[in-house]
Amino acid sequence: MACAVTNQRKAVNTLIAWAVGLLIFFPILWTILTSFKTEAQAISDPPVFLFFDWTLENYAVVQERSDYLRYLINSVIIAGGSTILGTLIAIPAAWSMAFVPSKRTKDILLWMLSTKMLPAVGVLYPIYLLFIQLGLLDSRFGMVIVLMLINLPIIVWMLYTYFREIPGEILEAARMDGANLRNEILYVLTPMAVPGIASTILLNFILAWNEAFWTLNLTAAQAAPLTAFIASYSSPEGLFYAKLSAASTMAIAPILILGWFSQKQLVRGLTFGAVK
Amino acid sequence: MKLTPILIGACSAMAISFAAQAQTLTIATVNNGDMIRMQGYTDQFTAETGIAVEWVTLEENVLRQRVTTDISTNGGQFDIMTIGMYETPIWGANGWLVPLDDLSEEYDAADILPAMAGGLSHDGTLYAAPFYGESSMIMYRTDLMEQAGLEMPDAPTWDFIKQAAAAMTDRDADINGICLRGKAGWGEGGAFITAMSNSFGARWFDENWRPQFDTEEWANTLNFFVEMMTESGPPGYATNGFNENLSLFQQGKCGMWIDATVAASFVTNPADSTVADSVGFALAPDNGLGKRANWLWAWALAIPAGTDDVDGAKQFIEWATSKDYIEMVAENEGWANVPPGARISLYENPDYQAVPFAEMTLESILTADPNNPTVDPVPYVGVQFAAIPEFAGIATQVSQEFSAVYAGQQSVEEALAKAQAIATEEMEAAGYM
Amino acid sequence: MATQSSRSAARLMMAPAVILLLGWMLVPLLMTLWFSFRAYLPLRGGDQGFVGFDNYVRFVTSSAFWPSIVTTLAIVVGALAICIIFGVLLAILLDQQMWGQGVVRILIIAPFFVMPTVSALVWKNIFMDPVNGLFAHLWRFFGADPIIWLSDIPVASIILIVSWQWLPFATLILLTAIQSLDTEQLEAAEMDGAPVLKRFWFIVLPHLGRAITIVILIQTIFLLSIFAEIFVTTGGAFGTRTLTYLIFQRVLESQNVGLGSAGGVYAIILANIVAIFLMRIVGKNLDA
Repeated sequence: MACAVTNQRKAVNTLIAWAVGLLIFFPILWTILTSFKTEAQAISDPPVFLFFDWTLENYAVVQERSDYLRYLINSVIIAGGSTILGTLIAIPAAWSMAFVPSKRTKDILLWMLSTKMLPAVGVLYPIYLLFIQLGLLDSRFGMVIVLMLINLPIIVWMLYTYFREIPGEILEAARMDGANLRNEILYVLTPMAVPGIASTILLNFILAWNEAFWTLNLTAAQAAPLTAFIASYSSPEGLFYAKLSAASTMAIAPILILGWFSQKQLVRGLTFGAVK
Repeated sequence: MKLTPILIGACSAMAISFAAQAQTLTIATVNNGDMIRMQGYTDQFTAETGIAVEWVTLEENVLRQRVTTDISTNGGQFDIMTIGMYETPIWGANGWLVPLDDLSEEYDAADILPAMAGGLSHDGTLYAAPFYGESSMIMYRTDLMEQAGLEMPDAPTWDFIKQAAAAMTDRDADINGICLRGKAGWGEGGAFITAMSNSFGARWFDENWRPQFDTEEWANTLNFFVEMMTESGPPGYATNGFNENLSLFQQGKCGMWIDATVAASFVTNPADSTVADSVGFALAPDNGLGKRANWLWAWALAIPAGTDDVDGAKQFIEWATSKDYIEMVAENEGWANVPPGARISLYENPDYQAVPFAEMTLESILTADPNNPTVDPVPYVGVQFAAIPEFAGIATQVSQEFSAVYAGQQSVEEALAKAQAIATEEMEAAGYM
Repeated sequence: MATQSSRSAARLMMAPAVILLLGWMLVPLLMTLWFSFRAYLPLRGGDQGFVGFDNYVRFVTSSAFWPSIVTTLAIVVGALAICIIFGVLLAILLDQQMWGQGVVRILIIAPFFVMPTVSALVWKNIFMDPVNGLFAHLWRFFGADPIIWLSDIPVASIILIVSWQWLPFATLILLTAIQSLDTEQLEAAEMDGAPVLKRFWFIVLPHLGRAITIVILIQTIFLLSIFAEIFVTTGGAFGTRTLTYLIFQRVLESQNVGLGSAGGVYAIILANIVAIFLMRIVGKNLDA
């Protein structure tokens, strides 16, 4: 009897959750579907959902027009490089904030977050002039640095909250056993924090992948990532819904797939210290 | 013994790769159809000259902010920039562009349509070579016009257009008599209303650079536009730009559409357009004041002064804007698809004259005069813009106020008062008055 | 002794991050401050010299300034409210037993992976277009006049787009928080006959307090600087000009870097006011 009730309740839950999930996912689904239509079908009235002549033409056109792989590689290098570099710099900082807190620790942390509030467009010219001087315009290295700096506060913050959840006694014990600071971080702390580090890396990879102001304005031909790829398909002259959808699908597919495979990891780690 | 050839080979390989490095042009361009087509032919250019080309293709607004930032800071990211009639004279005056006054004999610079060359020059020196040029004209549905029992003259008046629009409108059948741009932005709705205001005798500034939005001419322009669009325009026209109207027209939802002449090849292309075989063309309307509501624009290729490969860049520009390029495209894709509006010889070619919209395009281009755009005299150059650095900023804000009128959020009087205040404030700050 | 050395070691380890961020903050900030006192007009040949506080005065007295502040706050507050309310509901929903929970979770977090530019383009063209958009088709199917989203209810439309992108993030954080809730406590309350609403109000919500604060803090940082969503959809027309967008117009559309820089300084001040306000709540919550 009790079992029947739970099952019934479970069925209702399932129904509601799937309806909501599909509703939220629908824009993405629709974009993917549109990418397989012809331009005329993409704006047909009434809209066609599944029963149209599926075509790969848009993908072929997009690939012919712009070398998708090059943009993809740039995106991977820029997002990956900035995330890894940022994590390497952030781990020691977060460690010291979590385990050797001083009076100013929290102020420093909050100040770091506040640097993210600088409106990017306000400093476009200063940064552009600086990049000319440094010869960093349109270089992957320059983009790695910029995106690393943009996301560093979030990385430090996330790592700090994980590290704080690690009980201090374990470190004490390791110290008793004669572990020095380096070993303590490498062999005791890091393994325990792996889930946290992993989800930090994931989140920041996503944020860096989607960053569209600096990646558009500081690159030209060499270092342009997928955000620039999209900018060549938005509102050209003529019909463009289907081609835009194809380009969009290509731009978000890698990160969508990555996100889906790693969503458990992401969910587990995305606490920001919200869970005690 | 054995090492030498390898070394030589390695050295020459390095030399080649080094040379290739030096001979790569980076070109920033807009994502319009003709430019995309040009990208498809770059291999030919590389084969002919050994110069490699890298494209940076961006949407118009992004392109504009990207190249402006780069050229004003001397960033040196591009060897060639695709710019328009608005930027060219300003940048040329600033000494930011390489003058194109020494193009080769066979290029035949004298063949460039004078209206285009004039708009792309500063002090008589050409600074950008037109890749394609456009004016604006009326595209209309011959079948709907017939149904309404009307006949489109070659050079109609605004009153006729308004009357015809009302007659063609059939809201139940989802047909709007007229589709026009209402979208905010100086290059979108701003361009249309400015060109239209010229035919109503309005102007942006008087000879002393005083903004003119407090004049009756502007009120007439805006009132006429809003009245006609409310009566016969599509829903939500306040957010419609070129693209939105193009889809509407291609779907058969517009009776008339006044917009860029390049749209003619889209609406007559049966692959995309459901009304391809019933489109007619006419000159943009007037009010009998001597000026028509058509604009003049060119997308042109220019070389920023900072580039280290001026010769290579010139070679590319000569190739892309040459008569030979036009013939190559015509051979492969038909005459309707060649870049229009740049060269006199194109319009003298009997093959091209057979294209249905060729004649009307040329006539529209010839009736637009950027040096004398308005009924009353003005101190600026440009038909649907004023070629001063402050214009883009002012006009974008002004057109946002106008779009708010189209969306029913404020009255014509309120919008014009705000426009006058915005323009006055900016012109004072810039030291004009 | 040990603490002394670990203190200095700690400082050493913090140094790279702090120095880098200090540089990243100070260099542009100082340059912005410098430009904000100068007439820097790239199209008129660059730096035209010192102008005192002219740029500051002009930026604030412009008729666009106060509306832009209001719009900024409306978008931030609106999007936050939607994200938190629906985030809590979704988190509770996802916490229930069901079939295919993993798949549903994937569906719900997917929007977070979409680039802002792409999502703005897709929403504007494929959904909100008054003639060819899917919403217009839907409205007409039910015999209603389609809403002209981007000109009739522009701010709400942008809030909708932004919320769609950020709802997954809020949901995820709130979900992890809910999962850590002591189920025994809830069951005990259920035994005692406490109604659902009461249980939610007195047990679930207080437990989520900390997570909600974190969502507010992090999302505010991102929401204050949204740009692509406005650039692509309305271009700042119809009262959707936020402070960030106004600065963009001054710097890139009007090509007045000095004026834009002054705007940038105001934006920093606004951000700091918001930050201090937020830090107060978060700081308190962090200690707890």
